[in-house]
Amino acid sequence: MSDLTRMTAASLSALIAKREVSAVEVTTAHLDRIAAVDERVHAFLHVDREGALAAAKRVDDGEITGPLAGVPIAVKDVVTTKGIPTTAASKILEGWKPPYDATIVERLKQAGLPILGKTNMDEFAMGSSTEYSAYGPTNNPWDLGRIPGGSGGGSAAALAAYEAPLAIGTDTGGSIRQPGAVTGTVGAKPTYGGTSRYGLIAFSSSLDTPGPCGRTVEDTALLHAVIAGHDPRDSTSIPSPVPDVVAAARRGLQGDLTGVKLGLVKEFTGDGSEPGVLAAFQESLEALVKLGAEVVEVSCPNFQYALPAYYLIAPSEASSNLARFDGVRYGLRSGDDGSRSLEEVMSLTRDEGFGPEVKRRIILGTYALSSGYYDAYYGQAQKVRTLITRDFEAAFAKVDVLVSPTTPFVAFPFGSRTSDPYQMYLADLFTIPTNLYGGPAISVPCGLSEGLPVGFQIMAPTLADDRMYRVAGALESALGTLTPPAL
Amino acid sequence: MAAISREEVAHLARLSRLAVTEEELDRFAGQLDVILQSVARIGEVAADDVPPTSHSVPLTNVYRDDVPQPSLTHEEALSGAPDAYEGRFRVPRILDEED
Repeated sequence: MSDLTRMTAASLSALIAKREVSAVEVTTAHLDRIAAVDERVHAFLHVDREGALAAAKRVDDGEITGPLAGVPIAVKDVVTTKGIPTTAASKILEGWKPPYDATIVERLKQAGLPILGKTNMDEFAMGSSTEYSAYGPTNNPWDLGRIPGGSGGGSAAALAAYEAPLAIGTDTGGSIRQPGAVTGTVGAKPTYGGTSRYGLIAFSSSLDTPGPCGRTVEDTALLHAVIAGHDPRDSTSIPSPVPDVVAAARRGLQGDLTGVKLGLVKEFTGDGSEPGVLAAFQESLEALVKLGAEVVEVSCPNFQYALPAYYLIAPSEASSNLARFDGVRYGLRSGDDGSRSLEEVMSLTRDEGFGPEVKRRIILGTYALSSGYYDAYYGQAQKVRTLITRDFEAAFAKVDVLVSPTTPFVAFPFGSRTSDPYQMYLADLFTIPTNLYGGPAISVPCGLSEGLPVGFQIMAPTLADDRMYRVAGALESALGTLTPPAL
Repeated sequence: MAAISREEVAHLARLSRLAVTEEELDRFAGQLDVILQSVARIGEVAADDVPPTSHSVPLTNVYRDDVPQPSLTHEEALSGAPDAYEGRFRVPRILDEED
């Protein structure tokens, strides 16, 4: 038997279904891989060996069948898992064991995917490098001295290090796609409302979208199909059928894009990106043209305001959402020596429990929402959100999908962007417009620049998630997947 | 001219219930000033007649039928509390002693 950790989720699933290999063997292989390499990668904050093996055994006992049954998965630590520590990489939730499962976790369990553990991230999903994790950063398997992207760097690194064949991420401004890009893996942000937010520790509720991560487009689509769909426990969940993303991915993998129009976003192909990133993107675009696609340049003039709008809207919502961490109902309580008031204890708890980026965003959001500034900042940002949506709609009247590099630069060395927070924010320049619009987008590996992976982003109209999977599959059929250097 | 002063940051931190240190105040004031100067560009956009978007999905409020459903037990709901007493969350004093 070849190394089980190197195989795709689709192949593992087929082998398990045919009983050529057991789910326990597959899960054990990944747990052993985690034990062997995670000291160097630090993709995981918590590994649940017992729980994963018990779930695998239920598949081997024939209790659960179906696509992906028995294929293990890593889950980002911002998603609640009943009885398994969930911290959102924050000190304020250290040791917290949620009393309930997120809807997407429930669906993973029902589909028989053993959960290997919880992955590292920037605290409360705020960041682009995992350097803001309260438990230390994750190292990029391509170069352990570089960032794995963020906030979902742990999930992406777990895939690139062959510690898991599948992973769950969440994408508020690019936290699935940018880590996918810089680790040479695939990451999809579904249509907002297409995947349930119930059980997601909220960062920015109007933007947060959980989604699938994999090493191939087909694997990512298979996971997408498991977790997506209406959930009555999320009031923003869309009550319509999930597009057939698996069929679309497989169709794309046949390598024919005849009649498909790709919109090249003019504003995102200029000098904002590293030359190596642009070169890899252009070559990939040519590969898609060879498969029959037509490229049309489109202009989205308001995209240049997406980053400022996002850094007003997301911190505003975060400042409100994070008010729940008050040292009363769960998590840390600090300074309660009997002499201090509730308000003092609350303030000390929050100062000790939150890291610097979280505090910056809470303060920024409080400012943007305060009277006298509300209209100029938060109100204006919401209007710009409308204009960005109109840009998308005008573009999609002319083309089927929009394409751009996923992120302007390859994985950067640790510490190079932490002193100036705005330099870190630029990592999400190309991913943020989609979040403000609410449509789906995917990042697919598209070659190397200076030996490091580059990501190709495909954006589709709301509820047309299948369209981006078709183009993503076609790109993978032309370029293949990337293999990181041995750890 | 700075977009935000150290005093404003201190005030916002108090409103946000963050007992920030003097050193944090110095650092955050400078960083927030850079961030605010960068995002202030949003004011350039002529958007007076544009309606705001709060959510990408135009959904109206959703109600479920008023039927009891299983929920967390008392013990589960209190399981993560830093301090609990007789089935309730225990909190530090809220009023001053002289109140």
